[in-house]
Amino acid sequence: MDKPISTSTHNKLRLERYIRTAIGIVISAFLFWRIYNVVVLQQHFGADTWVRFGLSGLILGGMYALIAIGYTLVYGIMFMINFAHGEVMMLGAFGGYFTFEILRFIPAPTTASPDLNFLNANPFLSVLLAFVVGITISATAGFYLEKIAYRPLRNAPRLILLITAIGASTILQNLAMLLFGPQRKNVVNPDVLDRAAGWVINVGGNDVLISYTGVFSLVLSTLLMIGLFILVQRTKLGRAMRAVAQDKNTAFLMGVDVNDVVSKTFIISGALAGAAGVMWSIHMGLVNHFTGFLPGIKAFTAAVMGGIGNIPGAMLGGILLGVIEAIGPAGMGIDFQLKDVIAFSILVLVLIVRPSGILGEKLSEEKL
Amino acid sequence: MMLHVENLQVYYGAIHALKGVSFHLDKGEVVALIGANGAGKSTVLKTISGLLRPREGSVTFEGQVLEEVPPQDIVRKGVIHVPEGRKIFPRMTVTENLEMGAYIHADRAAINRDMESVFERFPRLKERRNQLGGTLSGGEQQMLAIGRGLMAHPSLLLLDEPSMGLSPLLVEQIFDIIQDINEQGTSILLVEQNAQMALAIADRAYVLETGKIVMQGTGDDLLQDSSVIEAYLGGH
Repeated sequence: MDKPISTSTHNKLRLERYIRTAIGIVISAFLFWRIYNVVVLQQHFGADTWVRFGLSGLILGGMYALIAIGYTLVYGIMFMINFAHGEVMMLGAFGGYFTFEILRFIPAPTTASPDLNFLNANPFLSVLLAFVVGITISATAGFYLEKIAYRPLRNAPRLILLITAIGASTILQNLAMLLFGPQRKNVVNPDVLDRAAGWVINVGGNDVLISYTGVFSLVLSTLLMIGLFILVQRTKLGRAMRAVAQDKNTAFLMGVDVNDVVSKTFIISGALAGAAGVMWSIHMGLVNHFTGFLPGIKAFTAAVMGGIGNIPGAMLGGILLGVIEAIGPAGMGIDFQLKDVIAFSILVLVLIVRPSGILGEKLSEEKL
Repeated sequence: MMLHVENLQVYYGAIHALKGVSFHLDKGEVVALIGANGAGKSTVLKTISGLLRPREGSVTFEGQVLEEVPPQDIVRKGVIHVPEGRKIFPRMTVTENLEMGAYIHADRAAINRDMESVFERFPRLKERRNQLGGTLSGGEQQMLAIGRGLMAHPSLLLLDEPSMGLSPLLVEQIFDIIQDINEQGTSILLVEQNAQMALAIADRAYVLETGKIVMQGTGDDLLQDSSVIEAYLGGH
């Protein structure tokens, strides 16, 4: 009785694996053919264009990575996807925008330039303040999000948490629209961080602008990622976070206050998303209540691509997604508007071909 | 009386797991709880360490009532639970697992000293200090679990099935270590299926059957008792 059942299950699993591999091969072949056509045969774009795309991809990828870490940390510790995380980032972006707006109206005249405002008189301090404000707002939002929306549901089925997260996302978005209005706001940077300013390098006879804001974002996101990695690997709080992620009950037996660790995880996730939000303000320059939605979902894609629950995976996934999204449309010779389609096709493909992600391990039964 | 458990009633949903368990443990004792699978031995330990809450009854440790205290604070009172199946953190190194054991302590120098003394007791762990917990053998994991428990400075150590899945030689070794820990002043509440070994080192023991204590006595008395021999020592 037992044997035929197990054999048929086995066959089914094998068939499924073949189908997955087949889909993978077909898609890879198609992509390869497409990219070969565009890049090698048509030579539509010069090297300078590819460098430009690559750079903007890296910069965007750094922001995705910071947001993706938040998804992965929270998933690791609570096994839920915090779909309101993009909105937490949006609040940080507003924090940066409003800090600049306020500082712009504080006069700081000198004898040489009587019209000078605080923003331009102290650009370094202003940017620092913007990050402090943005990060504080997002970290606070993350903390209360968990406390108000998720903590009462700690023992509820995970689907309920997911729906709650989507609800929280809608609430935060609409709240931001009510408070700040629906129109897009131009973020005015200090003059030294003008978005059109930067270093110019020569690639294949053409000039490529490496913007200061872009380099600033990329460097800062790299530093934050290194900082987070040290926090998780080397500090007592990081150890406690990993312990809770690996075995909640045993963490209790070590004397870990699990609720406190969950709160701190949301604070750290929020802080990183807030930093990404302020970078978004400074580098992209446009902010409204919808700012967090797409980056949020893309960062989720990045986290899944890298292997959800895995921190280096989220970093890698974020950077990869940013670069693919930037290079992809040109590389495949399709419309640039379709970059979002590429990002979400990747999500679908990863879920079909390798649901555990690039660096992710197979989900154990315990986690499911 | 160091630990006093009175009329413990614990449920898993509708299942009545402990039906009025009462026992006590004096300072410096080794007390064993023996019994078959599903008798409720682990449930007793989980209720003492706060992972489970009793519906009725009380747990008193050194005069303080424990059943309302959250588990992370029970640890701070010196009641340390080494759970069944070792429950090593699989993706942390041996050193990191031991650091987790000392989570409630802040004195860096003292933690390092404690770690050295754990390594002295378990030289194997020192050899494997940078290896991930999940890659250790069963015996090494048990040593790590006990070592991790010692890092917290227990005044009462709750050990759940420390002999499970180990070879006879290793079981012997583990029980020697348990006795040694006891001689250095730590009281021990031991849950075991290996009744022979448990009764041999226990000052007193209780026999648990389907959520009730059916027999008690000194370790030696129970080792001689015909019904215990019949039920738990393989009979003659």
